[in-house]
Amino acid sequence: MADDLLVAHGLVVSYGQPRGLFARGRSSATVLHGVDIRVGKGETVGIVGESGSGKTTLGRALLGLVNPTAGSVVFDGSDITALDEKARRPLRRRMQMIFQDPMSSLNPRHTIGRILIEPIILHGLAESQKAARGLVNGVLDRVGLSRNTVDRYSYELSGGQRQRVGIARAVVLRPDFVLADEIVSGLDVSTQAQVLRLLKELTGEMHLALAFISHDLSVVRSICQRVVVMREGRVVEEGLCERVFAAPAAAYTRALIDAIPLPTVDPGWLTSGASVEVAATA
Amino acid sequence: MTMPRLSIETLSAISLRDGNRPILRRVSLAVGTGEVHGLVGESGAGKSTIAKAILGIVPSQVRIADGRIDFEGRDLLSLSARELREILGRDIALIPQDPSTALNPARRIDAQMTDGLRLKRNLLTSEARRRARALLEEVQIRDPDRVLKSYPHQLSGGMRQRVLIAAAFALEPKLVIADEPTTALDVTVQKQILRLIRSLQERHGTSVLFVSHDLGVVAKICDRVTVLYMGKVVEQGTTAEVLNSPRHAYTKALLAANPRYDRPDTGLEPTPPEVVAALRAEIAAFDAGVMGSRHG
Amino acid sequence: MEHWSPTATISTTDSGPQPPSVAMRLARDPKVVFAGGFILLLIVIAVAAPLVAPQDPLAQNLLAATLPPIGFTDAEPGFLLGTDGLGRDVLSRVIFGTRVSLTVAFVAAGLACLIGSLLGLFAGYLGNVVDTAISRLVDIWMAFPPVLLSILLVAILGTGLHSVIAAIVVIDWTRFCRVVRTETKSQAQMDYVVAARTVGFSRPAILFREIFPNVVPVLIALLTLEMGIAVVVEAILSFVGLSVSSDTPTWGGMIAEGRQIVHEAWWVLAVPLSALFATVVAFNQLGDGLARSLDPVLRR
Repeated sequence: MADDLLVAHGLVVSYGQPRGLFARGRSSATVLHGVDIRVGKGETVGIVGESGSGKTTLGRALLGLVNPTAGSVVFDGSDITALDEKARRPLRRRMQMIFQDPMSSLNPRHTIGRILIEPIILHGLAESQKAARGLVNGVLDRVGLSRNTVDRYSYELSGGQRQRVGIARAVVLRPDFVLADEIVSGLDVSTQAQVLRLLKELTGEMHLALAFISHDLSVVRSICQRVVVMREGRVVEEGLCERVFAAPAAAYTRALIDAIPLPTVDPGWLTSGASVEVAATA
Repeated sequence: MTMPRLSIETLSAISLRDGNRPILRRVSLAVGTGEVHGLVGESGAGKSTIAKAILGIVPSQVRIADGRIDFEGRDLLSLSARELREILGRDIALIPQDPSTALNPARRIDAQMTDGLRLKRNLLTSEARRRARALLEEVQIRDPDRVLKSYPHQLSGGMRQRVLIAAAFALEPKLVIADEPTTALDVTVQKQILRLIRSLQERHGTSVLFVSHDLGVVAKICDRVTVLYMGKVVEQGTTAEVLNSPRHAYTKALLAANPRYDRPDTGLEPTPPEVVAALRAEIAAFDAGVMGSRHG
Repeated sequence: MEHWSPTATISTTDSGPQPPSVAMRLARDPKVVFAGGFILLLIVIAVAAPLVAPQDPLAQNLLAATLPPIGFTDAEPGFLLGTDGLGRDVLSRVIFGTRVSLTVAFVAAGLACLIGSLLGLFAGYLGNVVDTAISRLVDIWMAFPPVLLSILLVAILGTGLHSVIAAIVVIDWTRFCRVVRTETKSQAQMDYVVAARTVGFSRPAILFREIFPNVVPVLIALLTLEMGIAVVVEAILSFVGLSVSSDTPTWGGMIAEGRQIVHEAWWVLAVPLSALFATVVAFNQLGDGLARSLDPVLRR
């Protein structure tokens, strides 16, 4: 489709595990079994799944951080799976990521200022150091952090502040696509609301395409237009949020939605509902 | 009204490391016989401190400054370590938050489950094992013999949590403290575990103190709820009252900030700054009142 | 700037007061200050030995043999810490001995650190074939008995400071390699490395600008520990006569000599032994203090 920014087709990702020094074959774990997904320009797509669904691996494959065993990822016309790391470099500016744990995604030995300014300099987005610092101040203002944050280290900030730095880093290069991998999972509900609201505003203002990975369907509902439901490395269902939540087609999606506890008193909820036939391992 | 099983009266605690910063501010709550009582709050609200105070495992940098924890007529805070140890495990049990760290990775499940049974009930190993097997069946594990022979890492998260729940109910305690028991689990597994806890609780008439930050979970399993903000009880009542007609601004803000899949525009409302300011003022006034009464 | 929409719906949060700089943090840690000060003092003494030492360390004076330190009977003013069996001034010899010990400490530990760390960094970061090759090498290397290896080296290279240093480097580089490899591997898993990749940094840049600074605290602790070990190894080797020639005063050599006359002149053994002990303790404490004040995560 003309409006598609990122299209992945038939993605298969397997991790081979060598078995000893003289292994003939390799036992492998397949994490993605042929996944198709597309993200349109300026569109927010949620990728939901429980543990083992492969959603994190899918995200990394979309960004070219994991090389798929099969399949393609086409970003704005270029198949990034066919490019080597050097050729991917110019595209990197246009595809960014926000991480789940800002504690480990911000280098503890770098100041926030350094973390934000280095990408700008690497991609030559500012004519001078002063201009670069100006860009950094601008993005800090936008995400609601005070300017003296540039001198701080990540461990000096609160969880919500760190996550805002993560968002700032992702958008300071003015990318076309951002991947958000479980970015609100560890946050208090109020901080989560702040972060989600900020993200929603930014994607609107910057016409950003966003792929939002989460295990929490309610969060996805609040900011995504479309949703992709994954289970054990396969896409089970996808479509507009309105449709999928109102009338889920797949049994798994129904079970997933049914399992979400809404803050309403409902005595029949516990004993009722579709239950997924989970193997004896659960 | 009958005597509650557990009655916490004006429990106060301070952090010795932070210049005596209050962690709990005169918390009072009561859990009746057979009641599931939800203790809700965000991180840092003090919910786990309350749970630890009941179990007698408050960290050394926290000091209980005031109050009672009344369990079956005895103040748990005044008991000796030996007396407390008799009660724990037998009358009060814990379902911990993280099933992956709560089990000893080096020991098999049957060994870990029979520990308590042999210690507290003086059962022979064979009897204890039989009882453990029966308990695993009670928590709907289809293949209890295999599970008993397994090591924790061979089981899934949901399975481990079932084992821990079985272990908690093993000695038929009067009170179970469930410390965010489903936070680490997938949502479909969470529902099964909640269902399980409720059915076990109903069958044995156990009281449960259910600690959680998730209002949705609390709504589905708890009879009554206490909402905690910065160590202070801001709302208390039946689940229906608290969720449908909240009185305190914090409860309202919490409900508004929670995203709901059936209401698309929820989850994007952070607590307005005026509300935060009012809450802070409320806490400050409370602290000043406490200081005043102490010097008065 | 103009790019951003003026509506800041999020309240700006202040990040608090400015934290102390690295130098200030170091200056506040008592271990760093005292141990570091002691080591610095030793360095000064070693460098300025001819100026600091009251006597010629090699000058024998049989008339002034086994004189006790000042404060005891029969002591003489020129020999503050007494003399040994050949009438040589113990204090001056200990001062000159500092030269040997510190040279070995810094050069041997430094080289072992350099070689081991580089290999460890590459093994930890590049993984796969490189890692397997280096790890196998380390495993095989560590299987050789170290004492035998040192004796072999000294036999080949002859006695002297160069063989002592070589012996320490040849044996101890593996320790650095293992530790740095583990730390590098663990840091390479961190999300900030992935973040650097998404930004577009090259692999060498990621290794040296992102990962290496996080490996440094562990490295520094190990380096100072190694310096302490090097000092002891040198003392042992000179105790058995495998270090520098017996003319040059070394702490180990003095301990060997002092051991033989410990009942008549205990100070000949006690003084160099105390110096050795104090130096090793200082290195360890310095390492511990540095690791703690330099590592932002550990300090919490």
